[in-house]
Amino acid sequence: MTRLLPHPILTPALAGVWLLMNSTIEPGHILLGLLLGWMIPILTIRFWPETVRIHKPWVLLRYISVLLFDIVMANFTVARLILGNPDRLKPAFARLPLDLTSDLAISLLANSITLTPGTLSAKLSEDRKFLIVHALNETDPEAMVATIKKRYERPLKEVFETC
Amino acid sequence: MLEIVIPIALALVAAAIAMSFWRLLRGPSVPDRVLALDTLYVNTIALLVLFGIHLGSALFFEAALLIALMGFIGTVALSKYLLRGDIIE
Amino acid sequence: MLDYFLSFLILTGAIFTFIGSLGLVRLKDFYTRLHGPTKATTLGVGSLLIASVIFFSTRGTGVSLHELLITLFLFITAPVSAHMLAKAALHLNLDSLAKMPVEKAPEEKVKKVKKEVEEKTDEIQTDEKAAHVSSEEPAKESTPQNSNEKLADS
Repeated sequence: MTRLLPHPILTPALAGVWLLMNSTIEPGHILLGLLLGWMIPILTIRFWPETVRIHKPWVLLRYISVLLFDIVMANFTVARLILGNPDRLKPAFARLPLDLTSDLAISLLANSITLTPGTLSAKLSEDRKFLIVHALNETDPEAMVATIKKRYERPLKEVFETC
Repeated sequence: MLEIVIPIALALVAAAIAMSFWRLLRGPSVPDRVLALDTLYVNTIALLVLFGIHLGSALFFEAALLIALMGFIGTVALSKYLLRGDIIE
Repeated sequence: MLDYFLSFLILTGAIFTFIGSLGLVRLKDFYTRLHGPTKATTLGVGSLLIASVIFFSTRGTGVSLHELLITLFLFITAPVSAHMLAKAALHLNLDSLAKMPVEKAPEEKVKKVKKEVEEKTDEIQTDEKAAHVSSEEPAKESTPQNSNEKLADS
């Protein structure tokens, strides 16, 4: 089973991308997409050492909707900051201690941080225990770190790592 | 309505490209220039999509997709070069 | 009605694209500049692409969803390239308005970086261990920069 279908989530995702690219739902294209989605993970198995397991899909869906909402709000925040007086900005670096351990969860967290209000993940420490976060305008880095941990890290940990 | 809005949007995106280009020429450090190139390719996608709507032709989609792919690879390769002094180890 | 919605999306997209590049010009240091393009541009180009989906889908030639692919791709790649650039900038020890999170080893610096460091000597902590660690790192011979990227852990 695991050798024939090493990444059960990747296969439908690739088929979906194939159908989007051709923007069609003809049966022939669905079959071709599924075939490609089945063959590509097998041929590239060496590049995907980690198997992905989603434990709670509903938490993931809620996380994605929270993230999309935050992205839109982030854009308005950052737009206001850019149009305001740039001398009044208070950029700050902060260190975010990580509870996550899997590669995928860490990179998803880093991506979410970069996409949301005025924060940017800048560097992962070599021992994978800290993430350096840069904030565009933040007077209280501690509070920001706490918010990130509560809002993004906890659902990711629930979804990708068993507690 | 669209006939009025699209030229305005085209002008705004063109101004954005001009500003990124200014940062590309001016940029005090190399990462600044790479960032300017990164912004330039995203702006170019915006320009192409707008132009496609303006002409009513979906042909520009493939060009935009190619620019997105190549631009990302270019940015990653340049950052990797800045980081390691080498692209392929 | 649809026309107005499309116009709204196109204008929002163009304005956000514009603001993203404006940030590139206006902001003062590299790390704050990084915020403008990665945020404003993703939503800007995103709403332009959604406008394009709606425009081509309502013209009678069938649904056209492939623009969503570019949106998805940009939302995945923009943070990655921003992260790579920030990492490169931290590695090169670019000047920052914020206090740097990286421990520094002044002996290893080339002349240009040295001058920048002398302006903020108060932030520097000389550490024998850090100097030792950075001398072991293999990347430093090809680019003229400080190769100490050990984090301020201790």
